[in-house]
Amino acid sequence: MLTKRIIACLDVKDGRVVKGIQFVDLIDAGDPAALAVAHAEAGADEIVLLDITATHEGRGTLIDTVQRASRNLFVPFAVGGGIRALDDAAAVFDAGADKISVNSAAVARPELIDEIGRRFGAQAVVVAIDGRRVKDQPVAAAEVFTGGGRKPTGRRVVDWAREAERRGAGEILLTSMDSDGTRSGFDCELTAAVSEAVAIPVIASGGAGNAAHFADVFGQGKADAALAASIFHFGVANARELKTELAKLGVPVRLPC
Amino acid sequence: MSAGGGIAVVDYRAGNLTSVVKALHALGASLEVTSDPQVVGRAAKVVLPGVGHFAATSFLAEGGLAAAIKSRVADGVPFLGICVGLQWLFEGSAEAPDVPGAGLLAGRCERFQTQEKVPHVGWNSLSLKPGSRLMAGVADGSYVYYTHSYRAPARIATVAVTDYGGPFTAAVEAGNIMGVQFHPEKSGPVGLTILKNFLEL
Repeated sequence: MLTKRIIACLDVKDGRVVKGIQFVDLIDAGDPAALAVAHAEAGADEIVLLDITATHEGRGTLIDTVQRASRNLFVPFAVGGGIRALDDAAAVFDAGADKISVNSAAVARPELIDEIGRRFGAQAVVVAIDGRRVKDQPVAAAEVFTGGGRKPTGRRVVDWAREAERRGAGEILLTSMDSDGTRSGFDCELTAAVSEAVAIPVIASGGAGNAAHFADVFGQGKADAALAASIFHFGVANARELKTELAKLGVPVRLPC
Repeated sequence: MSAGGGIAVVDYRAGNLTSVVKALHALGASLEVTSDPQVVGRAAKVVLPGVGHFAATSFLAEGGLAAAIKSRVADGVPFLGICVGLQWLFEGSAEAPDVPGAGLLAGRCERFQTQEKVPHVGWNSLSLKPGSRLMAGVADGSYVYYTHSYRAPARIATVAVTDYGGPFTAAVEAGNIMGVQFHPEKSGPVGLTILKNFLEL
């Protein structure tokens, strides 16, 4: 049976993990390469590295980080942040990523999705969408934001997800800006709206506080995968423990792992 | 360029070979990434990776690689096709009806016919047939990572199936001819066991 994926997310700036999960037994807990491997060994089904570096120098560091991380990483590895052109994507793939994630740059120039998909295959293109509900409006009115959630685009989340799929995206990574950081659960309604609108897998992000929240987004939210970041700070040790809890709740997960 | 006694990883300009190469390196393999039929012609083993579209395999026929691979397979050299590399072993695929496969196995690959989402992406479990050398040491029910929309038919050579709206071929083995629909290079310790089995043949 196809299982629901638990994806560990590392936020990286200038080559260092700035948010995410700490492993006590690592010599350097800020090293994304070491953390990526530690997450895989702790049962994560996939690793996402999101680079929030703004400087040009930092971009070179990213390639080095991806190279070091992928050397000993034998689960799917996605890398996002600052990929604006086909050449950026090619460099990240060459460094060892299996998938790249595009967000603002794809909204600004949607053809980027087609270009990367044609060259590297649809399975390699994840379109990340930051969405926010519109007050007193139905879920279908939820709006896409770019620039790290600062800039409204006037696009509807569901419409943009459909367009991304049509252009050759392999997966959608949907972050609910309303839920992000609340630890009160994913936005299941928004996730379900997107998941029902497209045939490609939807990865839910934002709001996880406990294992039941994951069970909810896989059930009501119809998510195919979910991103885990800060939950590992608050009582759940790692992906293996999270998946053991989920199995008890009846969610199909990869165990043993 | 050597690959005399080494492994030829065939580069047919489709997608990204880095992950397969890294996994084989991590297992200590000596390999060469090549598009040269002569290198394939003296390789001790041949790996045909593949992510992307079946149409990309037309490069194999145009460049003389298909003939070199088939000749090497006829010599008894172990062959491993991964994803589209497995599908190429069959007669063809509905994904690119005009592009012939190797025809080493009977049947054609078809798109998933299911109410489930297509593509099939993620970790799914294997049901194993006993006696496979490639799957030695892999526990029945083990999970492996998939990403594909087309699947190979179940045939006598099928040594593992996975269920997704019905069973499909997860792995084939017919003597020295082997293939896996999933990505062993992305399937954690289970996948590395399978690659190691191939390296040790």
